[in-house]
Amino acid sequence: MQFMIVVQGGPYTTQASLTAWHFARAVLASGHEIYRVFFYHDGAYNGNTLISPPQDEIDLHQAWRSLGKDHSLELIVCVASALRRGMLDETEAKRYEKTASNLDPQFTISGLGQLIDGALTADRTMTFGA
Amino acid sequence: MKKLLFVQSKPPHGSLQGQEGLDAILAGSAFVDCAVLFTGDGIYQILSLQQTDALASRDYAVTYLALADYGVEQLYCSATDLQQRGLTKADLLLNLTELDDAGVTALLHSADAILDF
Repeated sequence: MQFMIVVQGGPYTTQASLTAWHFARAVLASGHEIYRVFFYHDGAYNGNTLISPPQDEIDLHQAWRSLGKDHSLELIVCVASALRRGMLDETEAKRYEKTASNLDPQFTISGLGQLIDGALTADRTMTFGA
Repeated sequence: MKKLLFVQSKPPHGSLQGQEGLDAILAGSAFVDCAVLFTGDGIYQILSLQQTDALASRDYAVTYLALADYGVEQLYCSATDLQQRGLTKADLLLNLTELDDAGVTALLHSADAILDF
């Protein structure tokens, strides 16, 4: 079965992102597929490469990044959510003439069409943090 | 054609959930048949006579009026939630269809996918 995962919570703010990450791992461990992970609202913060939690706590940004890398998952961050919250990749940072970018390259900025397409294509859509 | 149901359950202005949820509804309308259900405090998003200037918050409720132009005409609310908040349809910007609890359940079951905000 193919799952679309929507993450609307930022890391460490609510449990949404952590629970979504556990769910995503369980999906893959059960032999199912993940069609796409879409980060919306404060979920955009999960892509922040500057996140530096204490060493004895889970690094949720790295957790998502590794999961995406190891399983070739699409980690999509909504462009409108990202820009509003200061989550910029190098292209957007140049476009808006900012001095720094902070979105990890494992994450991709894209539009809401990716959310709609995922909900329509995947067998199940799971939303975390609504 | 598949049917998408958007569920708006958060009050406006306290978070961006409602405003960004509306953006998703507008995006969805470009692809498929979309329906919107207002539940819980989400009903406050479409309260008439909102005055957002003092909040420096965007009066995005008026954008809901454009939904008809986007072909989104299936608009629903929970009659129970409306009643619990002392509201009637006359207090709302949109002409919604009120559903009883069984109707809400049936609507949720009729959708191919549900996007919650």
